[in-house]
Amino acid sequence: MRLSVDGRPVEARAGDTVAAALLAAGVLDCRDSAVGGVPRAPYCLMGVCFDCLVRIDGVDNCQGCLVPVREGMRVERQRGARTVG
Amino acid sequence: MRGHDIAVLGGGLVGSAIAWGLTRLGARVALLDEGDVAFRASRGNFGLVWVQSKGQGMAAYAGWTKRSSDSWAELQDHLRAETGIDAGFARPGGFSLCLSEAELDARIAWMRRLHNQPDMVPYPYEVLDRPALARMLPAIGPEVAGGIFCPIDGHANPLRLLRALHGALKARGADYLPEHAVEGIVRTVAGFEIDTTKGKLGAQQVVLTAGLGNARLAPMVGLTAPVRPQRGQIVVTERAARFLDHPMVTIRQTDEGSVMIGDSQEEAGFDTQVGAPILATMAERAVRMFPRLGQLGVVRTWAALRVMTPDGFPIYQQSISHPGAFLATCHSGVTLAAAHALHLAPHILGGHLPTSFAPFGPARFGVPAAA
Repeated sequence: MRLSVDGRPVEARAGDTVAAALLAAGVLDCRDSAVGGVPRAPYCLMGVCFDCLVRIDGVDNCQGCLVPVREGMRVERQRGARTVG
Repeated sequence: MRGHDIAVLGGGLVGSAIAWGLTRLGARVALLDEGDVAFRASRGNFGLVWVQSKGQGMAAYAGWTKRSSDSWAELQDHLRAETGIDAGFARPGGFSLCLSEAELDARIAWMRRLHNQPDMVPYPYEVLDRPALARMLPAIGPEVAGGIFCPIDGHANPLRLLRALHGALKARGADYLPEHAVEGIVRTVAGFEIDTTKGKLGAQQVVLTAGLGNARLAPMVGLTAPVRPQRGQIVVTERAARFLDHPMVTIRQTDEGSVMIGDSQEEAGFDTQVGAPILATMAERAVRMFPRLGQLGVVRTWAALRVMTPDGFPIYQQSISHPGAFLATCHSGVTLAAAHALHLAPHILGGHLPTSFAPFGPARFGVPAAA
């Protein structure tokens, strides 16, 4: 499957989670944390640690380890806290 | 182990604040705590430093609460200087929001009754109709009819407060003794001997700050603590960029961006499970108050047990039969932390609670003050 990560094409296998696909593609960090603004990478890979937050198809703060990849998916770096308004 | 001046039994916010206040005045303090099996209200609370609605039926409690709120910045400054930890206190003023005219009318009547009490401490508050409220809180939903604003309400980070108190105690040389559940307290010539699951400990004075555990400990030293658990549930959302500068009585955005929704009250014994009906009701009301909350994901929910007295007010008490034994209990360990540390601890160290504490004694429940 093909998805884009910050506009760059990335290959992934069907059934992979977004977090797994990012790690397999060599993406070593996927977000800047909400409080300190420092880089974070997927860690627990089971939905607990919230360190793999990414923006998926325009939706902020998605847990990459809980979302299966889909063809054409647009993944972007989560930059700090999301906004609501 | 060599004797201490004072043993404080209970390492939550009430005990830690008093222990720090005592240590700061030069007392050699042992702070005894249980472990993770304890109910630990201090790890589950909401974090308001709240004044506006407190003291209906006991004006002295309103005054004590305001005094603590007035002293909170000083407490935070001390703790920051001693530990480098910021307890996150801010006092931007807080709101009670009402979702109907009937709710607003009831709230206004409540505030009038509260402030008409004899000896009520004066402090400002404002009744706001919807347009006035919308100017201060542009994010309110269409159903919000109005509310009460009190400029001296605030909030803090309760976990960092607890961490700072413990850090400051350690830095000052107090002995923190976890896993020391108290099994007995016996009066001796030198003071008290405390029998714990990890051996005996001597101290000239004891202060009972064990929350719900005070009910069991109090009779050992001639005190009375008719406290019961009252469950409160809390919903926490993912972190979001700041959109809410003021705390509400049921909603606040923390200094780190999470939104907390709370203030449920249930009689459920010692059961700390959360339940969808209560959580859903809390979330639904919160979204009606601030519709944008509906966009946020919930990341955690939990329940904790308030330490409630029959009338909801604190108990501060000194033993007549066992001089040197004191008791403090309340359900507002965050709000009252500054009063406990800066204004109650000196009287305990001095060995006597002044008459201004008389309203907080258990005689108001119609039971003997000392067994």
